[in-house]
Amino acid sequence: MREKSETLKGIAVELCMSLGVVLAFTTAVLLLAKAPPLQGYRYLLEGSLGSWTKIAQVLTVWVPLTLCACGLQYTFRIGLWNIGVEGQVFMGAMGATAALRWGVGSEFPLLWLVLSALAGALSGGVWALLAGLLKSKGGVNEIFGGLGLNFVAQSISLWLIFGPWKRPGIASMSGTEPFPPELWLPSLEGWRVSPHALLFTVAVILGTGRLLQSTRIGLALKAVGGNVRAAPLFGLHAGRWMLLAMVLGGGLAGLAGTFQVTGVYHRLIPSISSQYGYLALLVVMLANYRLLWIPFIAFFFAALNVGSIQLPMMLQVDSSLSGVIQGALVLATLLVHGWREKAAERRDAETARRAGGERHA
Amino acid sequence: MVIEFQDIHKHYGASVANRGISFRVEPGRIHGILGENGAGKSTLMKILSGYTVKTSGRILFDGRPVEYGTPAAALDLGIGMLYQEPLDFLPLTVLENFMLGQASGFLQSRAYYERKLEEWCRQLGFQLNPGLPVGKLTLGERQQLELLRFLTLGVDVLILDEPTTGISPVQKEVLFEALKRLASQGKTLLIVSHKLEDVEALCDRVTVLCDGAVAGNLDAPFDTEQVLGMMFGTPPAPPPRCTASLGSTVLSFEEVSATGGRAGLTRGSASFRRGEVVGLAGLEGSGQGPFLRLAAGLEEPLGGLIRLGERVMNGLDPLEFRRSGVTFLPTARLEEGLVPGLTLSEHFALAFHDRTFVIPWNEVTSWTEKRIDRFRIRGRADSPVESLSGGNQQRILLSLVPEAPIVLLLEQPTRGLDLESARWFWQQLQGLCANGTTILFSSAELDEILRVSHRVLVFYNGSIVLNVKTDETDFNQLGRAIAGKV
Amino acid sequence: MHELNFIVLLAGVVAGAAPLVFAVLGETLTEKAGVINLSLDGTLLLSAMVAFAVTFETGSLLLGFGAAALTGAAVAAVVGVAGIFLGQSQLAVGFVLTLMCRDLAYFLGNPFARLHGPQVLPLPVPFLNELPVLGPILFHQNLLVYLNFLLIGLVWFYMYGTRWGLELRAVGEHPQAAYARGINVRRLQMLYVLAGGALVGVAGAAFSLCTKPGWGRPQGAEGMGWIALAIVIFGGWHPVKVACGAYLFAWLQMMGISFQNQWPSIPAQVFQVAPFPLMIFVLLLMHFSQKRAVEQWAEKHPWSLPLIRFFHGTAPASLGQPARKRLGS
Repeated sequence: MREKSETLKGIAVELCMSLGVVLAFTTAVLLLAKAPPLQGYRYLLEGSLGSWTKIAQVLTVWVPLTLCACGLQYTFRIGLWNIGVEGQVFMGAMGATAALRWGVGSEFPLLWLVLSALAGALSGGVWALLAGLLKSKGGVNEIFGGLGLNFVAQSISLWLIFGPWKRPGIASMSGTEPFPPELWLPSLEGWRVSPHALLFTVAVILGTGRLLQSTRIGLALKAVGGNVRAAPLFGLHAGRWMLLAMVLGGGLAGLAGTFQVTGVYHRLIPSISSQYGYLALLVVMLANYRLLWIPFIAFFFAALNVGSIQLPMMLQVDSSLSGVIQGALVLATLLVHGWREKAAERRDAETARRAGGERHA
Repeated sequence: MVIEFQDIHKHYGASVANRGISFRVEPGRIHGILGENGAGKSTLMKILSGYTVKTSGRILFDGRPVEYGTPAAALDLGIGMLYQEPLDFLPLTVLENFMLGQASGFLQSRAYYERKLEEWCRQLGFQLNPGLPVGKLTLGERQQLELLRFLTLGVDVLILDEPTTGISPVQKEVLFEALKRLASQGKTLLIVSHKLEDVEALCDRVTVLCDGAVAGNLDAPFDTEQVLGMMFGTPPAPPPRCTASLGSTVLSFEEVSATGGRAGLTRGSASFRRGEVVGLAGLEGSGQGPFLRLAAGLEEPLGGLIRLGERVMNGLDPLEFRRSGVTFLPTARLEEGLVPGLTLSEHFALAFHDRTFVIPWNEVTSWTEKRIDRFRIRGRADSPVESLSGGNQQRILLSLVPEAPIVLLLEQPTRGLDLESARWFWQQLQGLCANGTTILFSSAELDEILRVSHRVLVFYNGSIVLNVKTDETDFNQLGRAIAGKV
Repeated sequence: MHELNFIVLLAGVVAGAAPLVFAVLGETLTEKAGVINLSLDGTLLLSAMVAFAVTFETGSLLLGFGAAALTGAAVAAVVGVAGIFLGQSQLAVGFVLTLMCRDLAYFLGNPFARLHGPQVLPLPVPFLNELPVLGPILFHQNLLVYLNFLLIGLVWFYMYGTRWGLELRAVGEHPQAAYARGINVRRLQMLYVLAGGALVGVAGAAFSLCTKPGWGRPQGAEGMGWIALAIVIFGGWHPVKVACGAYLFAWLQMMGISFQNQWPSIPAQVFQVAPFPLMIFVLLLMHFSQKRAVEQWAEKHPWSLPLIRFFHGTAPASLGQPARKRLGS
């Protein structure tokens, strides 16, 4: 059954059907909001891929999204729903900001950028570890633990922005005092996206692939995820591997948060995560939990996000259209996939029945 | 009602469970369906009870062909099936279980059904408390409840799948009494079993299945040799007992108590010597499960001491037990022992290549192929374990055991294996035992325990009630101990 | 003075819990049948938006509630079809729906943001509202609150006093066994998914038409769906206990507001997220109360037994599992 639906042709058919469903649904939604659908799609396309600047903007979204999605590979592999990835991005951003605040005025800005990345990864990892401990020691399902911690992380960042880290004189939603340019992640002239971040993200994708494919970590995560109860018989400490998966996933989410601070906003703002954590969960689901697809789907989702930014101005509709399309796409894929699997099952049963009937008629 | 099977076939994908089965079942008689595991008995009965749809063939009731495809439709035709693991609802009460599926109307008339339940209990000599959750009952009592339920539904044909597995000898007597009474009232009874003594005590006629086809029909009184011949061709010789001399104490329990299973374990004390084979007897859920898991470090004792050699193991995690040479093979292979989704080589990589960070896949694959050969596993290095048959999964588990374990713990190791496989399995184990491994195993079959072990521990309701050398006991004493009569 | 305050507080708790009570009872029905509808948070927002928009356009509260119920049922239907009939992960589908319904609500609700629309008004029950203490707490409320009371009793009676309720509990516990007894498992599960979803929809309408009137981004009901899901666990899948959980939560929320007034120096953000760590804490409490050591301690201290028992509740055994086994097909 699995082989049948995983052939290239099968994937293509499913993709076309899903896209058709999503297109119809989105058009209906646009019409319902009294917006011209064709123009809506045009703005989405132009707003994301219309110029090199736009593409660079898409890439700045792609980096944190892909980092989070790679992190989720570890947790999904061991069967954990790390919904707390959103909060881990927040914590990473805060950790990085804290480090950079020390580094303001230092003579070695590069050193402080590296330190901020370490601090970001560490904060994200610790926040994930907390959710993992709640699960393994406290019996709190990681969905509720992670979600609760998301809200807590968000409120801590608000508190920092309006309290201890507020701009001299005024505290506002626009965030903390921006860092001096030497503490920004360097970007190419006119490109506005950091080549270091892009290279690093590609390295993370490759590293994750290698780690999961051919090392003991990948195998152990898969084994514990496949059957927790069998783990001790193979000498695996299920709880510890779960914590490791959480820390790895949280660390990458923390790096995504770091990038938001050092590479995009150059300060801490209240919506620093831009909900990329939640979006990354959708990316991974649409990729059917496969690493190979993640960079491409992340790019597509990033393009949708960037493209929808100008919708409120041009069409007077809300920018949440991108979220609707992304959700609809994942949902349609799940439904179409399930439906095709069922149909194939039914066909198999039918042929078996008929073959049996003929043989013994 | 006369039931007639005509040329029944059943295919599951490529594998064939029934290949052209035809025979007749007369009313008012107890008809046994005998056969080894995998002979196709259960499949045939699931078809009759509507739980599975046949691939081809006909079923006739009183000469009329009938077609149905759900248990509900079968019930309407008067057929009920009692499964080995009763299909009941553990958190619901006895009365609620009794009512489910037969009560009609929006409001429940509890009083009416309570009276009805009581009436039937009295008729068949059962004792059931209507207010108790079914989870608190023994397997035998759950079986009785299901039986009553089918009778109130007015079934004419009752199918019982391995009804004597896991119930006490006393309950077995009550059950047989009730079944005989029902047959005398004109009900048709079909008993699926692989136990000769049950069939001999109960049945008027048996149909023996072998490899998905009918091997023959026999009437009581049965000639044991003839039945065995039909079941296996020539029966394999039973495995001999290991003859290694016993060494020093390697594992000991001192007044150990724990939760888990149905009864937990209460103040269990026993010690085991090097090279010893010890059978753990008792009804399912009497404490053998927790005992083995405690010895493997998978559960923590509430009180008492567990020692490996001189070392106190309380509170250490299972990995420490493993490092100290303890290996545990659970009975639920796919649920507890293997990892569905992982291939054979991945299993071997996990078990034997834990020194290197990057896994040398080429080396692992050739190693895996060697093991597949040595343990005669039917499967390839890259096949996922769940695609293999139960017997082959058991072989994989055995092949994952380290070279020379100090203590090997086995939970119902031969359950679901045919005699030939079971014999092979014990031969391998005896090889280990000759090298000084101590083997503890639980089993539902007293025969097996008496044949292969040096010593028997009998569990009853969470306590060790008997601890004797196999040479100094017999079937009767053990049977009584299992029922709690020491 | 003190007594009056107390009465006002309790009346506020009863009123504030109204939407949550609908939501948790709905989810209890769904989960008792063995299906998790994780989409609550999005469903609540979408149905709140639909309720407000419909009521704003037509002027009819009844139509608003009806449309919200239909919306809730429609979202639940997606979970049901994907989870029960197509064998997909209920968690995955539910989570996607959570995000998508939220965005859909913001997108379609944009034109209705910050408008003033009709809302549910208080409707004191004659005579009863003049009772001392109980009168102002229980009977000086709106229709939704009275429906709450009715629904708690109704769901409880349905689940434990009727044949259909018995079948509902059976299906979530052991679908194969229910199938063997002639129960159409998938149809029943779908039915309770739809019914539960409709109740969640009503809860959404109760937010936008009564408790937090109006529509906006944010609406104010964000996060409530997750709270409702946690309350169902806290209440051990028992309708009465689950409703108690909703009231307890509303009480804690009221306490938060009064604390905030007492300590203005603590930033408001801390109080706004207080429900979520609280949720984690309560789930932790539940976990540890079921530990054997705690049970043994409780046996020695009989006064604590009712409290410990309150925390006992086991999930329906087949909760969230896809019906992979051949069932009725």
